[in-house]
Amino acid sequence: MSKGYTGKFLDIDLTKEKIDEITIPETTLYQYFGGRGLAVKVLWDRLGKIWSKVDPLGPDNIFTLLTGPLTAIHPGARICVSGKSPLSNGTIGSTASSEFPVELKCSGYDGIFVTGKASKPVYLLITDNKAEIRDASHIWGKLGEDTIRILNAEVRKELTKRKPNVGLWRQPAMLYIGPAGENMIRTAAVMTKIAHAAGYGGYGAVMGSKNLKAVVAKGRGSLPDVAASKAMEIMLHEIHKRLISMDRMRRWGTGYAGWSFGAVTSSEPVRNWQEEWHDERSMSGVRYRTRFWVKPYWADFNCTRSCMKISCIKSGRWKGDITDMPDYELEAYCGTNLGIFDPEDNIHISALIDNQGMSGINGPNTMGFAAELYQRSILTKEDLGFELKWGDAESFTKLAWLIVNREKIGDVLAEGTYRAALKISEMKGIDVMPYAIHVKGVEIGAHGTRSNLDYAKDIAYAASVQGGDHTSTARDGYSGMVSVFMDSAVVCMFCVVQDLIWDFAKVVTGWDITMNKWCMEHGRRIVTLQRAQLLLGGPDVFWDPDKDDDNPPRFYEPLPTGPYKGRTTDKKVVEQKKREYYNTLGWDDRGIPKKETLESLDLKALERVMKRLRR
Amino acid sequence: MFVLSIYLKFSLLKFELVSYVLSNNWIVRDYIRCTGCRRCEIACSLRHEGCIWPEASRIRIFMPFPGLEVPHLCAQCDDYPCVKSCAVEALSIDSQTGAVIVEQDKCTSCGLCIKKCPGTVPFLHPETNKAIICDLCGGEPECVKVCAEAMYNALRYVKENVGVQKKLHSIDPYIIAKDLAVNLFGEKGERVI
Repeated sequence: MSKGYTGKFLDIDLTKEKIDEITIPETTLYQYFGGRGLAVKVLWDRLGKIWSKVDPLGPDNIFTLLTGPLTAIHPGARICVSGKSPLSNGTIGSTASSEFPVELKCSGYDGIFVTGKASKPVYLLITDNKAEIRDASHIWGKLGEDTIRILNAEVRKELTKRKPNVGLWRQPAMLYIGPAGENMIRTAAVMTKIAHAAGYGGYGAVMGSKNLKAVVAKGRGSLPDVAASKAMEIMLHEIHKRLISMDRMRRWGTGYAGWSFGAVTSSEPVRNWQEEWHDERSMSGVRYRTRFWVKPYWADFNCTRSCMKISCIKSGRWKGDITDMPDYELEAYCGTNLGIFDPEDNIHISALIDNQGMSGINGPNTMGFAAELYQRSILTKEDLGFELKWGDAESFTKLAWLIVNREKIGDVLAEGTYRAALKISEMKGIDVMPYAIHVKGVEIGAHGTRSNLDYAKDIAYAASVQGGDHTSTARDGYSGMVSVFMDSAVVCMFCVVQDLIWDFAKVVTGWDITMNKWCMEHGRRIVTLQRAQLLLGGPDVFWDPDKDDDNPPRFYEPLPTGPYKGRTTDKKVVEQKKREYYNTLGWDDRGIPKKETLESLDLKALERVMKRLRR
Repeated sequence: MFVLSIYLKFSLLKFELVSYVLSNNWIVRDYIRCTGCRRCEIACSLRHEGCIWPEASRIRIFMPFPGLEVPHLCAQCDDYPCVKSCAVEALSIDSQTGAVIVEQDKCTSCGLCIKKCPGTVPFLHPETNKAIICDLCGGEPECVKVCAEAMYNALRYVKENVGVQKKLHSIDPYIIAKDLAVNLFGEKGERVI
């Protein structure tokens, strides 16, 4: 058996209540690794022939939960959530830090494929070499923190009953959805550990469409064998030493970035990206640390980076709100992008969104979009039922509930920014697409391209197969493939030490994969397959490479304020770099994979459909 | 004066004698400092099992709610209720460290040591089904090393005399977590477990 893997996957059909154990050939594991890569491959094998007809929120879609060979063994355990995305209609690999993948692997499984739709709310319980479907009616509708509390107690009690004499049972680990996922909000996330989310892609809605409230795991086995255990141990120690030496990240996490990206690089979204600059000193690690962090060093399994911190509001109107830092993305999206510059309000909105189970980037992006429409009097008090002013945390709280409960205009906004923009343009007879900040349906992460000083530049989102995802951006072709590796080996990007990761992969799997080989072959294969799925799209929207492989119009407007006032993304550069990017990967000028590329990547089966897309 | 000095000397001698015989080395834990990285479990299982095996680690971090991380391991009680409870003499006390040593061959998996432990610390190995208790790695505990390396210092290895209430640290981790919840989250903490 391949090293680093348990060798078994669960294939669960919720309609038929059927649970099978399956294996995946070693050649497939070698080519695609796990996580994002394997999800893309399995989705193509099973749904490729009917791709454009598969409704992401219908029973045919496959919801995948996959680990990778490095998961839990390498510092920073993560789980990769995927399926056909209700936002992009392609496939997105979305990952979250959690103990869940550790428990899953210790239960004896590398991953889970879920199809069908349960007749009533259910949750999956995975224990040693066993899976079962259990009733979840009593937790349907519950917020994140209540779901954790109830399931932790219930499952622990059940496992203690089954094996009372082995000593104290620990709590299980779980992935779950909040009301946002249950109500199939397209920006719903798969949640874990109260504030961790697999946000991009809208897979919380996919879980909701299957009536699947949670997946809970508790395994008592060991992690799988590795190819060279002594070498692994030595390398593990070395990686930890390097992580521990990175002091700034350990102290602040990404929490300091609310100042540095806002005031310094001028690339933080402010009021739905109308600006990308602010100089509010509150939005930095200092105030969060001193007033709100109750746990200044918090980590997930096998992580000494501890970039996570826990915030808690202990007084005032938002008393009792608990969330993580919030990290930079939520500082921006639940803060500055809504015109909120007060850490307390920022933590409140973040905690609320986490609890509801919305993606903290994608959901609030739509909220910012709505607020700009209100500013422009396109949406009115009648549409919302209240006034929606920038910076007013109270009304944004109301708006979040409107979306999650699909009430009034919330029902339209629940479809995500792009689909909401289509609908509102039609409703109001005004083109509101210039205010929708997305690429191919995926709301853009909080790193602007206009100042050209952040890591995300020109084609970062426009050419990416994951749309607006800021964790896997397009650059010059091959360099972006390292992100694909981290999503497929399923490790945390913040725990990866670049010069050690490839050797670590080798000592775990025994496969001789160098960075060059991964980028030129494995990564390119995964991204090419993802590109094909994105281009096929459907059933509700389809992407036109000539029109949609582009930034939102706002990214071409000059920055109105700040030290880089006047700067903007150069459209000519985008066009040129996009072509270079496509050509590097062996795609034609419009980004359709060429025949010879498909042949060289063992993707010949794609040729039939790609041929139709070429001119 | 003479009598007093003799007495002092004597008591000093006695004290040293007692402390030599009855002092325990133990691992002090600071729940608030634990980050939940569980590298201690990885280090422990790598040493004792030769692989990463969280549920076979002698130290286990209980996390009943995110943020509440409770290291749970033997506190080296002065009176060793687990050793006393064992009907087949599978448990003994290490003469150097004072740690409880489990003799695998003798253990009958009866679970008496688990029941008698005030903190329900011992548990049965997921595969061999034999009792598992921290052996302090012969005096150089791996869990403490990795915790110190990361500068968390949630675990520290100390040598202390009898009567330092070590036993009070042998307590149900869920009780500790409930207190910890209020410490961290205030009133809200009353409702998270």
